[in-house]
Amino acid sequence: MDAVLALADGTAWEGKSLGATGTATGELVFTTGMTGYQEVLTDPSFAGQVVVFTYPLIGNTGINDDDFESDSVQPTSLIAREVCRTPSNWRSKASLPDYMKAKGVVGIEGLDTRAVTLRIREGGAVMCAVSTEGRDAAVEAARTAVPYVETDFVAQVTTKGPYGWGVSGIEDVTEPEGPAILRLVVLDCGLKRHSLKRFAALGVRSVVLPAGSSAEEVLSWKPDGVMLSSGPGDPDRLEAVVATAQGLLGRVPVFGICLGSQVLARAVGGRTFKLKFGHRGSNHPVKDLTNGTVAVTSQNHGFAIEPGSLDGSPAQVTQVNVNDGTVEGLAIPSERAFGVQYHPEAAPGPWDSRKYFAEFVEIMKKGQTR
Amino acid sequence: MGAMERTAVVLGSGPIRIGQGVEFDYGCVHCVYALRALGYRAVIVNNNPETVSTDFDTGDALYFEPVNADSVEAVCRRERAEGVIVQFGGQTAINLAEELHERGIRILGTSPDAIALAEDRERCDEMLGRLGIARPQGRAVQGLEEAVAVARQTGYPVLVRPSFVLGGRGMEICESEAHLREFYSEAEGANPGKPVLVDRYIRGLEAELDVISDGTDTLIPGVMEHIERAGVHSGDSMTVYPPRGISRAVQGEMAKIASRLATEMGVRGLLNVQFVLDGETPMVLEVNPRASRTVPYLSKVTGVPMVALATHAAIGGTLRESGYGSGVWCPVPLPGDPAMNAGGVWAPGTPGAIAHPDRYAESDDPISRIYAVKAPVFSFQKLARVEPALGPEMKSTGEVLGLDSTYEAALYKALLASGVSFRTQGQVIITVNDADKLEAVAIARRLVAAGHTVGATSGTRRALVEAGVECELLNKVQEGSPNIRDRLYEGRVSLMINTPKPGDQNTADARMIRSTCIGTGVACVTSIDTARALAHALEAYTDPTKTSCMSITEYLARKAPSSTPSLVT
Amino acid sequence: MKILVIGSGPIVIGQAAEFDYAGTQACRALREEGCEVVLINSNPATIMTDPETADAVYIEPLTVDFCERVIAKERPEGLLATLGGQTGLNLASQLAAAGVFEKYGVRLLGTKLESIQMAEDRELFRALMREIGEPVPESWIVESESDLEALLDTVPYPCIVRPAYTLGGTGGGVAYDREALWEIGRKGLKLSMRSQLMVERSLLGWKEVEYEVMRDSAGTCITVCNMENLDPMGVHTGDSIVVAPSQTLTDIEYHMLRTASLKIIRALGIEGGCNVQLAVNPDSFDYYIIEVNPRVSRSSALASKATGYPIARVAAKIALGMRLDEIPNSITGTTKASFEPSLDYCVVKIPRWPFDKFVSGDRTLGTQMKATGEVMAIDRTFEGALVKAVAGLEVRNKDLDDLGYRKATEEELAEFVRVPTDGRLWALAEALRRGWTIAEVNRLSKVDPWFLEKIKGAVQSPPPNPIAYKMVDTCAGEFDSRTPYYYATCEAESDMVADPS
Repeated sequence: MDAVLALADGTAWEGKSLGATGTATGELVFTTGMTGYQEVLTDPSFAGQVVVFTYPLIGNTGINDDDFESDSVQPTSLIAREVCRTPSNWRSKASLPDYMKAKGVVGIEGLDTRAVTLRIREGGAVMCAVSTEGRDAAVEAARTAVPYVETDFVAQVTTKGPYGWGVSGIEDVTEPEGPAILRLVVLDCGLKRHSLKRFAALGVRSVVLPAGSSAEEVLSWKPDGVMLSSGPGDPDRLEAVVATAQGLLGRVPVFGICLGSQVLARAVGGRTFKLKFGHRGSNHPVKDLTNGTVAVTSQNHGFAIEPGSLDGSPAQVTQVNVNDGTVEGLAIPSERAFGVQYHPEAAPGPWDSRKYFAEFVEIMKKGQTR
Repeated sequence: MGAMERTAVVLGSGPIRIGQGVEFDYGCVHCVYALRALGYRAVIVNNNPETVSTDFDTGDALYFEPVNADSVEAVCRRERAEGVIVQFGGQTAINLAEELHERGIRILGTSPDAIALAEDRERCDEMLGRLGIARPQGRAVQGLEEAVAVARQTGYPVLVRPSFVLGGRGMEICESEAHLREFYSEAEGANPGKPVLVDRYIRGLEAELDVISDGTDTLIPGVMEHIERAGVHSGDSMTVYPPRGISRAVQGEMAKIASRLATEMGVRGLLNVQFVLDGETPMVLEVNPRASRTVPYLSKVTGVPMVALATHAAIGGTLRESGYGSGVWCPVPLPGDPAMNAGGVWAPGTPGAIAHPDRYAESDDPISRIYAVKAPVFSFQKLARVEPALGPEMKSTGEVLGLDSTYEAALYKALLASGVSFRTQGQVIITVNDADKLEAVAIARRLVAAGHTVGATSGTRRALVEAGVECELLNKVQEGSPNIRDRLYEGRVSLMINTPKPGDQNTADARMIRSTCIGTGVACVTSIDTARALAHALEAYTDPTKTSCMSITEYLARKAPSSTPSLVT
Repeated sequence: MKILVIGSGPIVIGQAAEFDYAGTQACRALREEGCEVVLINSNPATIMTDPETADAVYIEPLTVDFCERVIAKERPEGLLATLGGQTGLNLASQLAAAGVFEKYGVRLLGTKLESIQMAEDRELFRALMREIGEPVPESWIVESESDLEALLDTVPYPCIVRPAYTLGGTGGGVAYDREALWEIGRKGLKLSMRSQLMVERSLLGWKEVEYEVMRDSAGTCITVCNMENLDPMGVHTGDSIVVAPSQTLTDIEYHMLRTASLKIIRALGIEGGCNVQLAVNPDSFDYYIIEVNPRVSRSSALASKATGYPIARVAAKIALGMRLDEIPNSITGTTKASFEPSLDYCVVKIPRWPFDKFVSGDRTLGTQMKATGEVMAIDRTFEGALVKAVAGLEVRNKDLDDLGYRKATEEELAEFVRVPTDGRLWALAEALRRGWTIAEVNRLSKVDPWFLEKIKGAVQSPPPNPIAYKMVDTCAGEFDSRTPYYYATCEAESDMVADPS
């Protein structure tokens, strides 16, 4: 079946339908990672977005049981040059097209994804529609779609109620903590499971709370530390979460990842802005200003911290992007808090920055009161 | 892209294979450099990831595509190129000339018709005849019986080879009609549908010239002499510049023949002409209107920017505009000739002078302050069951160059660099065919005088002992242990000289000896001519400190060479 | 600063034009930084031995004697040996052993000799791997014929024989029984510069994956490219069909191997480029480290062309002490060399073997490299890249159809599919054309089903002719790029012709 990708200005690319039929709209973004489509597909930070994979051959290793970052497909649609129907990997349980069909996700393949990518690079991330219902329907859908920044995606993707995550995975919060040595509260703005897995591997039991929880609610769990998770959308919309962060700073160690680091910046008076087309991929070099080394990082963000906005605040910029100089890390030593703009939990992407989980565990241990 | 900019597409030579190595990449890259210097936009088409030509900052654009007519045509159209240069990309590129021409793509340089002429035996013979240029008797045939008839006319031995192939694939010297009948199908199969060439085989000295012509003037940068006589593929021969065994009169004659051919064919760029000497008569073996594998080294040792000049000629420039003209290039001018600082767009250029072939022929004065010896390098250790004996089919994968102010030192360096061991410990084993025995005696005598010990199997040993050369008797393999092969395994052999019987490379014993040499890493020389050169070098040099140590620029410079380095001890 | 660069000498199988490319790039990069470059190489057919490439070019034999004389005359302060292949490294080791560096106060630039020895000496390397917890296949060191004899009845067959300190695996091979081990082992001992060889557990049939990695003196490490061999373990990388990037690894597998590779170059203290080869179990997360080349190699030339990242150039600058984030990415002009390339195309390399000339030669492929050269093709689809590479090989077959294999009986074809030779790709194609199942062809050849599906696809419907041109820009279109490096593909739109000005 034919499918079409259309922009509000009438630009359209034709291809073949992939997955379910129908029309989906979202912000058109591209990711340059060459592996990890299953992780991308289930990363809540992609909520409300239509993802173009710049790597042309997607789905080669199928879909397996382990590499989900959440329970559902998060982007509204998926665009690839070519999707594999006969995957080959020892863990593969289903092909990507079958999985998308089962999940009711509309996608498109067989179009010139490099041309689409260059369009995004030149014109910035814009609203689009992917549809099996014809070009006119697609253009109309793109035109009438609610702009990305006007939706509160965090509210859509955050957990409805608290749950726990221990060494053996998901568990009820009422269950005993078992061998875990530390307790972490995670404010779920669109959490990726690998963050919990990293902490669990270090002997930390997490309690995941809805993003709207207040500081007092968080502290009522007597955590040794709090993680502000990654997630989708414009940090300017997250007044409540910022207020929670402000209530936590100084009272408990705080670690922010991606959107969480932007929340942290805003909590101390920093500002954020929308990037032209964001950073999405597994190859972004980040320089650690404290020691001069560069790490290759996994990134997925459309907003960034305004560099000068932290001047005069207790926060310091600790890491910057080598490509465009944007803020990649900040620390508020006085408040035992730090954040990184990228994804140290990887999945997808390089494992170079896993050490931050261990570093945060050390900070939590030092402040441990129990 | 500026509207006025002129674009030329340069074809690479594709994957490296035997017969078409890195030397062709040298030509492509220099062609690109030259085009850019001339204000052209230079675009490269090639698909070999190992090379400098496919470095993305070598040309103005790189198309990483197969070197075939479809992709080249598409690139030419996209780039709105003025034309395409095929003469530096080896046989791969030159083979596309005709088809590209038919598709309306302009070939810059020598015309597709002249390229076709050089490959067409009948047309080529007709031209040589018309110009009164000698070549070994023979012709192109279409079947075995015709081949046999031609061989009867010319007399044996005959050289049999397929047409339109590079590197002498499917080529053999046939000693008899039986041998010809046995081999013919292989030559025919090497390039099905194309004729097979049958020529009288002349076991004379070989020489080759790479010349540059603009259609009016023809420059001969240098004459190269092969150390091995005809029968060994030029790519596997050791080569010396300037020649030592060929008289200046004959060299001048060859220069004139090459110039005449270049003019007649309308060459715009490079032309390679290979000769065999029948006594004092140079006979043309091959005419290739393209860059050959000797271009890089000849450019370096003469200082003539050969590829740049050829590129200039290919796009319509003249040698005179480049500061050159007709004649033989003499890095050291003949007495009375002022050194010109040839330059033009290639300034500063290396000083030297151009001599008319007649004047070059008449003079005995040295024209170069260096000798350059090129030696082939083989990869037999990697290839099981491959016969290492040299023949008309090319087998080497690479080459080295020895440079020095004397022939002996250059020879010594070339052999050493190609992997021959010069240590006197260890034995030199000599086992040669009957025709080579007399020469083997002389060689053995020189080796013994230079401090080596010699061993040989019964036949060769008899000849050596009769001539008064001390020599240990070694058993042939089938004569039981300890034999020649055990000796090789013991690691006590420094060199093997083993020349196969002509037309019979397959004697089991000799084959086993050669393959054992490969297995054990002992250098194995299979041509008596190579052996002679080797003995010559061994005699002259045992100590590297006696040779010169100079950079190419110093060798070429007119000032006296700087002192040899003082080693810290 | 005056620097002596050692070239790789004559072209032989296992050491070809890639070192002219690397050496030329290095010389240019060093001169760009204001260095005076002295070059020694015996190979005249190269660009690197042009008088324009370096400040002084010595065409001399690559031996300690001649090299010492050049050093004595030129008195360079630094020496760069990691760009001249195994020849360059061996010569540097010999010069160090002869005390030449000390005598003339020459500093070895880039990766230190100790690191090189650590990577190349099997025992030292294995000890290091044990120390950092990276798995290496069980193996035995043999230094004499009696060692070898003692081993004949203890090793698991088939086993791999690898002589130490040789070019391109010279003298190595797979031994299926004790007689073969004795034969190959004795030959290997003679060919090794150190009379040393390793006999190793065979990982035949495992996936073979390579990582091209870089490290600077500040400790920053990046991966330039990973590559997957279509031919599973048992065939020398130089004789394998190689695909970039890897196609059958999940994100976790890709980064598990990447992490291992970076851990290794950190432990070795590499300063420059390095190649890490790994064997990966197709049915689990198990892997083994197979080999590390602490220098620029054929694989790095391929990776450079496959990604647009100039490894040799960057390695030369690292050798001068520059950091990856200080070195510009010359393709984009805007990003830095501390960036990992992202590809938006697929690259296929096919070796070019000399068996058209050596008709009597043994065409079986094993651990000893036999190819003289290679072609690379870029396309947006695997099928397109594969077919384009075949078309550019200049062999008898211009496509995946081979008349010889067409005539083969089923039994004969099964053997051609099972035993790797220069013609196996065509044998695989023929089997799939005849309708053999992917599972059956995989069982015989161990080639991953993903590749087999693709070959089948290319056989059943040949890819369409390319009609558009796309750019190789290191960044999958993320950044504006000025370098006009193109490939043809079948897509709707061409990238604009870049304006170099």
